[in-house]
Amino acid sequence: MTITKTVKGNEIAFALEGRLDTTTAPQFDAEIKENINGIEKLVMDFEKLEYISSAGLRVLLAAQKIMNKQGKMVLHNVNESVMEVFEVTGFSDVLTIE
Amino acid sequence: MKEISLDAVIENIDTVTDFVNEQLETAGCPMKVQIQIDIAVDEILSNISRYAYAPNTGKVWVGVEIKQNPTAAVISFKDEGYPYNPLAKEDPNVTLSAEERKIGGLGIFIVKKSMDGMEYENIDGKNILILTKNF
Repeated sequence: MTITKTVKGNEIAFALEGRLDTTTAPQFDAEIKENINGIEKLVMDFEKLEYISSAGLRVLLAAQKIMNKQGKMVLHNVNESVMEVFEVTGFSDVLTIE
Repeated sequence: MKEISLDAVIENIDTVTDFVNEQLETAGCPMKVQIQIDIAVDEILSNISRYAYAPNTGKVWVGVEIKQNPTAAVISFKDEGYPYNPLAKEDPNVTLSAEERKIGGLGIFIVKKSMDGMEYENIDGKNILILTKNF
C-alpha cells in the first residue's frame, strides 16, 4: 500500500493506494499516530483504495476516537467494496463519509 | 482443486491472496466477488496466524476449487492448531458508537455476511473451514 500525506496547517490528508488489510494496517496506523498531534481535521482519500478488511477498520476506529476529541475526521471517495464493509459492520454510522 | 501450503504467519497472507486470485481470474470470477474473497482470506488467515498455534507456529493449507451449476468458488482453510470453530463465535454489536466499540471481533462477521456458505469441521485434529461464494 502507498500512503500519500499532505499537511496544511492543522489539517492533514492521507491518500491511500492499494489494500488496507492485516499486512498494511500497521503501516497506516503508525503514520496516523506519528502525525496526529495538534491536528483538527483529518481527511482520508480512498479513491485508490481497493478494499478494507477488519484490520483496516481497527485503524479507522482508533483514528476516529482520537479525532472525536480534537476535531473531525472525514472520508472521501469511498468505493462500493469499501462501503459494503462499512455498512455490514455499522461503521457507516460511526464514520463521516463525504 | 489447487492447494497451497505454507507457514501460518501474517507475512504469508499476500502469497495466499495472489494464489487465490490467480485461480479466480482463470475462472472468470468478477472483480467484486474476488475482492470479497480476498477480504475473507485476510480475515481467516490473520486469525490462524495469530491464534492457531500460539505461541508456536505451524502450517496452513489453503485450497481453491471452482464448481459449476451454480458457479461457485470454494475456498478451504486447514490447520493443525487448537480446535477452533469461528462459527460458534457470537456476532458483534454493530450498532455501537465509536466510543463504545471494542477493537476487534469484526473479521469473522464480515466473512459470514459476504460469503454464501461457511462450514467448519474438526477432522483428525485438523480445523477445516470451507467458504463458498457463488458468482
